[in-house]
Amino acid sequence: MKRTIFNGQLLPWLLLAPQLAVTLVFFIWPAFQAIRQSFLREDAFGINSQFVGMANFRALLDSAQYLNSLKVTAVFAVSVTVLSMGVALILAVAVDRMLKSQRPYTTLLVWPYAVAPAVAGILWYFIFNPTVGILPFMLDIIGYDWNHNTDKGDAMILVVIASAWKQISYNFLFFVAGLQAIPASLREAAAIDGAGPVRRFFDITFPLLSPTTFFLLVVNIVYAMFETFAVIDSTTEGGPAQATNIMVYKVYFDGFIGQNMGSSAAQSVVLMLIVISLTVIQFRYVEKRVEY
Amino acid sequence: MIENRPGLNILAHVTLILGVVVVAMPVWVAFVASTHTATDFSSGTIPMWPGPHLVENYRTMLDTGLSTSGTPPVGQMMVNSMIMALSIAIGKICISMLSAFAIVYFRFPFRGLAFWCIFITLMLPVEVRIVPSFQVVADLGLLNSYAGLSLPLIASATATFLFRQVFLTIPDELTEAARIDGAGPMKFFRDILLPLSRTNMAALFVILFIYGWNQYIWPLLITTEPQYYTIVAGIKRMADVVDGLPKWHLVMATAIMAMLPPVAVVIGMQRLFVKGLVETEK
Repeated sequence: MKRTIFNGQLLPWLLLAPQLAVTLVFFIWPAFQAIRQSFLREDAFGINSQFVGMANFRALLDSAQYLNSLKVTAVFAVSVTVLSMGVALILAVAVDRMLKSQRPYTTLLVWPYAVAPAVAGILWYFIFNPTVGILPFMLDIIGYDWNHNTDKGDAMILVVIASAWKQISYNFLFFVAGLQAIPASLREAAAIDGAGPVRRFFDITFPLLSPTTFFLLVVNIVYAMFETFAVIDSTTEGGPAQATNIMVYKVYFDGFIGQNMGSSAAQSVVLMLIVISLTVIQFRYVEKRVEY
Repeated sequence: MIENRPGLNILAHVTLILGVVVVAMPVWVAFVASTHTATDFSSGTIPMWPGPHLVENYRTMLDTGLSTSGTPPVGQMMVNSMIMALSIAIGKICISMLSAFAIVYFRFPFRGLAFWCIFITLMLPVEVRIVPSFQVVADLGLLNSYAGLSLPLIASATATFLFRQVFLTIPDELTEAARIDGAGPMKFFRDILLPLSRTNMAALFVILFIYGWNQYIWPLLITTEPQYYTIVAGIKRMADVVDGLPKWHLVMATAIMAMLPPVAVVIGMQRLFVKGLVETEK
């Protein structure tokens, strides 16, 4: 709180006006529309609509496709989070040992953050391409017939790898910062007591890293649930047979291609509730971290 | 380092080199592919080293593009991406600085409500409100325009919070001194707040430029005229060819060019980038 402030009633509103105008027109109004449409059913031509209460939401719960999408989203988000955080933690622990070479290694590891998810999708799509890709060619040698256009598991592996690859750099930077914040004296004391490197990692480093780990957990789940839209769209487009149709992709697909506005809006509302709960968790935790 | 264990050091180096190689692998494959011709792929063996067609492929894409996919030259798409990324980054910084200034330095009715209005944008990523947002932009007649590309993404709670945080750390004595010297609020903003938050602005700019450049679903939906296509959204249109295989060597050349500006920003301004990343997540 500032003690010294400026007087004026009109000026602050003028200063806020651009931000509030954009927020109202492009954020709050569309969100309100989504909520309104989730209670309506439109006819095939979009002319008439009638209030149907919770029918759109009930239809979602009865829809095998939607339940499948929930399951796919959970598998996808957990896999992306575990894979990218796991790899990033190993690399961060390795770089934490370095004295002189820390900076060059960091530079070589952080740039994928800047690659667009859509481009990351295209890159891995090319590498895994059944006809011209390198990895299917190698997998063929050991007798595995890779085809993400027909095999559900292959498609899921493709989108998980493409999404996790891009996120490694972000997790890496935060893990390195977290590791450097742990006082060396603690590890030194453990070393004097005879704890080896592995023991020190599990008994001291990892527990003290838990604030960073928890923070990254939330960020990665948000990333996997929302920002990976482009990865899905540039590779599998939700297929084959709904195997990679995560929730955000289904909102878009049902709304724009299926033209089922009521269902799409109801799915938007469900997603909003998920984002809101994740944001609340994140903020609760940030408040705690200040005291840490 | 706690103790000297050469074995662990070697292991750490091996892990890191392996990590760097795995992380760079897709880009290397794409780069190699972008230096060959289409026939090099159909022969069955995939090239591992760059071929002689680098300049030729990149020039083709920059100047003429892939006309069969209905996309304009890559040069033009990069200009569009640049306009979009710069408008989003600069626009976000401007409007959030002004609103943070209003929230920190003024007391007015409904201040809390205004704060909540901004805060709520955090919970509404574009992917979630995509269908109704599209309708709003269509109703406003902003489809196929630079305003339509950037305006709906410009409000930002994170940037407002960041500047609020920065302003709160600026000592009250400075404000008092400025007031005694007869400076009004806008003069104080221009002559004291702006210069003091320059590094924060630069760090935020790096993050927002990458965010803007990498937008995908929004430009894909609201641009139907090729002259407004952005490069990240354009790649998808190139890889999606109905008849036959995509021209992979040219698509990969485009992918390399699409990642070049943001990657250059991250590597060139690594310090600002890390600062921006850490600050926006607070």
